[in-house]
Amino acid sequence: MSLYYTQKLLYQLNRDQSLQEKFFADKESVLTDYELNEEEHAAIVTPDIGLLYILGVNGQILMHFAAMCGYAWPEYIQSMRDALDEHGNVKAGLYVTTDGKGAT
Amino acid sequence: MSLVFAGICSHAPGITGRIHMADKDDARTLQSAMNEMRENLERAKPDALIVIAAEHFANFFMDNMPSYCMGMAGHYNGPIEDPQWLGIERTRIPGVPELSRRIITSIMQDIDLAYAEEWKFDHGIMVPLHHLTPRYDLPIIPANINCQGPPLTPLHRAYAFGQALGRACAEIPERIAIVGTGGISHWPATPDSGKINEAWDRDFLERWCDNDRDALLDYSDEQVYLDAGQGGFEIRNFIAVAGAAENSKGTVHYYRPIPIFAVGCTAATMAIA
Repeated sequence: MSLYYTQKLLYQLNRDQSLQEKFFADKESVLTDYELNEEEHAAIVTPDIGLLYILGVNGQILMHFAAMCGYAWPEYIQSMRDALDEHGNVKAGLYVTTDGKGAT
Repeated sequence: MSLVFAGICSHAPGITGRIHMADKDDARTLQSAMNEMRENLERAKPDALIVIAAEHFANFFMDNMPSYCMGMAGHYNGPIEDPQWLGIERTRIPGVPELSRRIITSIMQDIDLAYAEEWKFDHGIMVPLHHLTPRYDLPIIPANINCQGPPLTPLHRAYAFGQALGRACAEIPERIAIVGTGGISHWPATPDSGKINEAWDRDFLERWCDNDRDALLDYSDEQVYLDAGQGGFEIRNFIAVAGAAENSKGTVHYYRPIPIFAVGCTAATMAIA
């Protein structure tokens, strides 16, 4: 169920400038409002965009969080490809790759 | 009056946001096709434009996800995305609440439709508007079909939504244009971004142009996912336009796979019967 809250946090960050400012000033103060496991919590704080992808965050939510964290488009795509190599296929959700690899 | 224009086009954010990375001929020919679509739309002299788009978690989330929703606000704002990322400046888009309410009320005779008096447009609407109403001077009625958070509405309901929309337009004096946006095959925002199944796209467009209901509905989500990716679920928007213009036949004015835009870029219209 915590994938739901991971995505909810990123969804709300994507659409709420004031929450973004609060998050980047003090991430922990925002994260207390969401039921996250340790892996999700760490992936958001780092941020580890590739791991968030593997955990199942919808790409339509993740690509904006990645841009917010300073990822250019090619870096965003590469972070997911690297994560597939490191962790294997996406664990949940609509963005599981059908071949476990992703195009190159 | 009734439906005076029905078309479909792509809405991928790369079309505006990554245009600087695109092959010049790809960018030029797509721009030319969208200019032609804009001119066709303007010739139809619509009083309002309904944009059927699959939004991408800009307004709706899995805490309360409508299968179908239409806007009835006095104005809208967009894009919700970072303007520099999308390549479109933030602006205010006019709505038409009273007309929206009449259309929504009529559709509710057939479809359990949600409505919204507040709506932030994302690339699903803003990229098409950037090309089709670049002065943002035509009143817009946004419509969303959930294509992102399963369970998704069945394809036959998307066609029925379009039929209800077409019937609603037939009941009112205003001239209404409809544009469905999205698709066709694509794997957006994934490591597969740029992968495009051209054969699948062309087959779908043939079915769309024939406005062959049975053929348009002859897809399973499981197979669409395999053949056309997550983005393929957005065929619901195109199918709804076919339903709105049932008995009409379509023409593809432009189709070209453009990987840096992550989609087979499309512009097509129905000749309203």
